[in-house]
Amino acid sequence: MSIDLVQTGSPALEAAKPRSPRSSLLELKSGRFFLISWIVPVVAVVLWEALSRAGLVAAQVLPAPSSVVLTAWNLIQQGRLLSDLGVSLLRAAAGLLIGGGIGFSLGVLIGFSRLAEALLDRPIQMVRAIPFLALLPMVIVWFGVDETAKVFLVSLAVMFPIYINTVLGIRQVDPKLLELGRVIGLSNREQIRRIILPGAMPSILNGVRYALAVAWLALVIAETLATTKGIGFLAMDAREFLQTDVIVLTIVIYALIGVGADGLARLLEHSLLAWHPNFAKGSR
Amino acid sequence: MSVATVPRVSGTPIGPAVAVHGLKRQYGGRVVIDRLDLRIDRGEFVALLGQSGCGKTTLLRALARLDLADAGRIEGPLRPAVVFQEPRLLPWAPLHANVALGMEGPEGQRLAAAALSEVGLVGRENDWPRNLSGGQAQRVALARALVREPELLLLDEPFAALDALTRIKMHLLIKELVARHRPGVLLVTHDVDEAITLADRILVMKAGRIFASYEVGAEVERERLRRDLLTELGVELPTAA
Repeated sequence: MSIDLVQTGSPALEAAKPRSPRSSLLELKSGRFFLISWIVPVVAVVLWEALSRAGLVAAQVLPAPSSVVLTAWNLIQQGRLLSDLGVSLLRAAAGLLIGGGIGFSLGVLIGFSRLAEALLDRPIQMVRAIPFLALLPMVIVWFGVDETAKVFLVSLAVMFPIYINTVLGIRQVDPKLLELGRVIGLSNREQIRRIILPGAMPSILNGVRYALAVAWLALVIAETLATTKGIGFLAMDAREFLQTDVIVLTIVIYALIGVGADGLARLLEHSLLAWHPNFAKGSR
Repeated sequence: MSVATVPRVSGTPIGPAVAVHGLKRQYGGRVVIDRLDLRIDRGEFVALLGQSGCGKTTLLRALARLDLADAGRIEGPLRPAVVFQEPRLLPWAPLHANVALGMEGPEGQRLAAAALSEVGLVGRENDWPRNLSGGQAQRVALARALVREPELLLLDEPFAALDALTRIKMHLLIKELVARHRPGVLLVTHDVDEAITLADRILVMKAGRIFASYEVGAEVERERLRRDLLTELGVELPTAA
């Protein structure tokens, strides 16, 4: 569905705006505070490397950063790392798409219809009360351990945050604006397109952000089920052979993917919520 | 100011903008509007005064078709333009889209730009509502109302939240705009001075009925009129020494 959310503001006006209190965060992104913010992580990595090289930390317990990077390079050259990463990303994407799609559809349906809410909200909340990881044995019985099981688990985890935030967003749209839409004579379709969906968008994107985080959690768990591909398989395989460097590598990759997902959510917020004071250009 | 609008015959009002016959509205057992009759002509500016709870907002909402009538008839446009106390701008739409809300295409864009320049916001079409002051936002709401060339313009205390100086500027602006577009206007307000400044006719509402009606005349009579109106509204001024 296309929504008129992305509009270009006047750059001159943006520039003329006084600096917000959030500008101290902006400074963290550039200038001297940017450098200071990286001191601790860099020192930690250097210290880790030094301790490993000095033999104070056994490679079996915690391999040196350099050996982790070397392992990554070797795995890429064997053609394993990238294909495993691709498989994992595909699982996450499929789960996000399916679970997110179902969650959003249910959210829209229930957000607009009190009847649908009366009919469906209670069962949905009941299912939501189950920690999705508790369903793991059930999922294995239903789907075995192949791709379906993994995508199902991710979908299930993603569905609820998107559902809840969509309903919330729709319900929280300012009734005064809806009344204005009626006075102006907007059709139901225009009312949804111009007022309800844009009004619900901050909440929906909040759900997307949360969903991205739980999608990863679900993926890590799902991939520890008997797998033959994926980052999780890499980690399980490495555990069998006590390859600590590979295990650390997979942890780092999961972390990087998490950072990437967060970046993706921010990007969505900045492009879809350009009008919102919190996401205006130049402030974060 | 050159403004692209539909050519119009200015001068004499053309027939009634709205006529209300025996309107009745009640909530539970409480009668809020009691067999009320009202007629506003095109080009006529009517102010409606009354204490809180007298039914004036209910009347405005009935005229805006936001509220139903229990009895009686409203002859008038199904979609009068309304300016509320708050500007009610969509924060996610730039000003031109706010003004042209519901009017699609380049024609809407063009009319919106013209309406914005008419309320003194030239070149701000692509700006966001968050960058506006309270007075500016209310101007955009006025532009949104007038861009539709309404026969009837309903103003629900539109200047109440503005500071005194901005309010005076808005009074001048609305006078000018109404003189040019000539809709019938119903202004609901608490402010006696505002009513005297703007209106041709002032109605005082009490217990769901039009209790008194005053034509606003020449400058000399206004102080007396002000005193009378305040007395109707329960404010006794000390007699001049």
